[in-house]
Amino acid sequence: MADVKLNSITKTFGDITAVDDMKLEVRDKEFFVLLGPTGAGKTTTLRMISGLEKQDKGDIFLDGENVNDLGPALRDVAFVFQYYTLYPTFTVKQNLEFPLKSRMRNVPQDEIDKRVSEVAKVLNIDKLLDRSTLNLSGGEMQRVAIGRAIVRTPRVFLMDEPLSNLDAKLREEMRVELARIHLELEETFIYVTHDQIEAMTMADRIAVMNEGKILQIGSPEDIYERPACVFVAKFVGSPSINTFDAVIDEDKLVIGERDMICCLSKQQCKSLDKLDENKIVFGIRPEDVEVTREKKDDNSIQGEVYFSQSMGAEDILNLSISKDLLLRAIAPPKTLIKTGEKVFININMERAHLFDIATKNRIKC
Amino acid sequence: MSEILLKEITKRYDKLIAVNDLNMKIQDNEFLVLLGPSGCGKTTTLRCISGLEIPDEGRIYIDGDDVTTKRASQRDIAFVFQLYALYPHMNVYSNIAFPLVTQGVSKQKIKEEVDRAVKILRIEHILKKRPKELAGGDQQRVALGRALVRRPKAFLLDEPIGTLDAKFREEMRSELKKLHVDVGATTVYVTHDQTEAMSMGDRIAIMNLGVLQQIGTPKEVYRNPNNLFVANFIGSPGMNFVKCRVFKKQDKVFINVLSVSQSVEVSGKSEKILTEKGYIDKEVILGVRPEDVLMSLAEKQDYITSKVYVLESTGSYNIIDVVLDSSEKIRVRTLSTVNPAVNQKVFLNFDMDRATIFDPETEEAIR
Repeated sequence: MADVKLNSITKTFGDITAVDDMKLEVRDKEFFVLLGPTGAGKTTTLRMISGLEKQDKGDIFLDGENVNDLGPALRDVAFVFQYYTLYPTFTVKQNLEFPLKSRMRNVPQDEIDKRVSEVAKVLNIDKLLDRSTLNLSGGEMQRVAIGRAIVRTPRVFLMDEPLSNLDAKLREEMRVELARIHLELEETFIYVTHDQIEAMTMADRIAVMNEGKILQIGSPEDIYERPACVFVAKFVGSPSINTFDAVIDEDKLVIGERDMICCLSKQQCKSLDKLDENKIVFGIRPEDVEVTREKKDDNSIQGEVYFSQSMGAEDILNLSISKDLLLRAIAPPKTLIKTGEKVFININMERAHLFDIATKNRIKC
Repeated sequence: MSEILLKEITKRYDKLIAVNDLNMKIQDNEFLVLLGPSGCGKTTTLRCISGLEIPDEGRIYIDGDDVTTKRASQRDIAFVFQLYALYPHMNVYSNIAFPLVTQGVSKQKIKEEVDRAVKILRIEHILKKRPKELAGGDQQRVALGRALVRRPKAFLLDEPIGTLDAKFREEMRSELKKLHVDVGATTVYVTHDQTEAMSMGDRIAIMNLGVLQQIGTPKEVYRNPNNLFVANFIGSPGMNFVKCRVFKKQDKVFINVLSVSQSVEVSGKSEKILTEKGYIDKEVILGVRPEDVLMSLAEKQDYITSKVYVLESTGSYNIIDVVLDSSEKIRVRTLSTVNPAVNQKVFLNFDMDRATIFDPETEEAIR
């Protein structure tokens, strides 16, 4: 059992509150991701869990045990840093066995060899055991770094943006491998990243952070389908969600100088009735915007294709409704719609996200 | 006209040939992306265009002028580096104005030009700030502003957004593309990130080991890659490559997936090409993009059996990694509503109209 609990954790560096009264519970065997922009406090949080950083307030529990006063070595966590930090004078094998050779652990050599061999096999580096770490590719170094963490069978694996130094292609491959390793090891992973695709594709649950606070915790599906606030809605999903300030006019949302009018469902109207303000923030994801050459129905909005981006498996159409009103839609690559064309924009209002204009929090419909 | 022409450019560093006989024409107002892995020669090519490097062989023409041996400062191009290099002791206005100040332009004209650049980049609100007070994205814009005011013949950008957060990179890609749409101007942009190349380039020039592999629009290089390298490098996730053998049975052409000994019928243009180019009974490499792999959760005739290895959900679509009996892996792109369990059996077929077939020896596409 290796769950992790943070109770009202706060950490400041001078004037800056890096982590602000954080409460967090990571379940045993979970792949938990801390996601947020640079400076959100995610690495600081990870470092406090490991013991590399001491919190100013609050308690940290590993497996039910309060570890506040335990140094990193005694917490039995493994940390994979962004910059591998492999021992340059050692071979791959020596790097992998190093954590087990610590006198504190007293592991006999033949057991060490067995463990190293198992781990190397899982990570596909068994043929590199005698190689010097100076002669490895980025991906290979990364695997050795992960291997060095795995050999110890710690309570928790902490990973700090381990893929961000890899080429885009290699990152793609490593994501799949990490997800698979997690499935096979059945251990708790806490993973920090600023890249939402890593979080979405690997996590069991994600905590979206900004400015030292957690804005939402949920499964990738929760976060994507029901973002708790505008920040989360914009942070997760690529291309980003389109957002507009909108005025509520009976059963319609009016955006801009009446250039864009969207019909609300009965359920949506009911939820908006409860508001004091007659303005909200309206969000719609690019994949929920359909572009047609002909008018589809009375709700079709006129616009023009400002420019289009061909991403391969899909096209991103950048549309302008007026000079200041721009939005993005996804179109299949077979689409013949081109830059400069006048088109009709059809918004799937069932997939609309509505947020309070003052708090920016989700309005439940 | 700000066309850039590279003729037979070769650049060596001792025994290493960094750029090998490169021929390329960058059209006026084009946003051309030089794309490739580390060490492919893209930055060296950019530096040759800028004048920071002089090629060992070949000629470079900007706007019809042979600039091959001209110093960088005489080439009327603006270079935006990866880490901006803003003047730390000057505020934003002065940073942007600086190139014009050194040219001896009148104060009035300087103000006009700076105002124009600042408006385009939407940084009017930070004119009085110093670089260290700015967020990364704003620093980026100031660097671009400093390049814009010079109204150069071309902009050269060397991985300018590589160090930014993922979300931010996405925003900046759109901003840069939009800027190019609004302002025009020949732009040469270096990156190793194919998503950047696809989202911004009018055309992409893919390089590997100093050699130009292919140049074309994003759609062209994606749909019709010339060789295995291009096919693999472009597209996220990458193309699937499966070793097959072509055979004929009762007048129909099939490809046999070697590792699992299961066959798929080939029809349409692929059938014609394989027959005409003499590939019957020969081994080929079948390239199929994840979105062109058909997946069925129920057994279907002629479909290949596989097992789910990992399921990746991006929110708007899923990437399902499956393993064939032979442990060969295939990636399939599906709607986000398709959610088989790990280790569940699923069944695959390939959209042969959209597949590309490669010669296993030359690694070139069979066309």
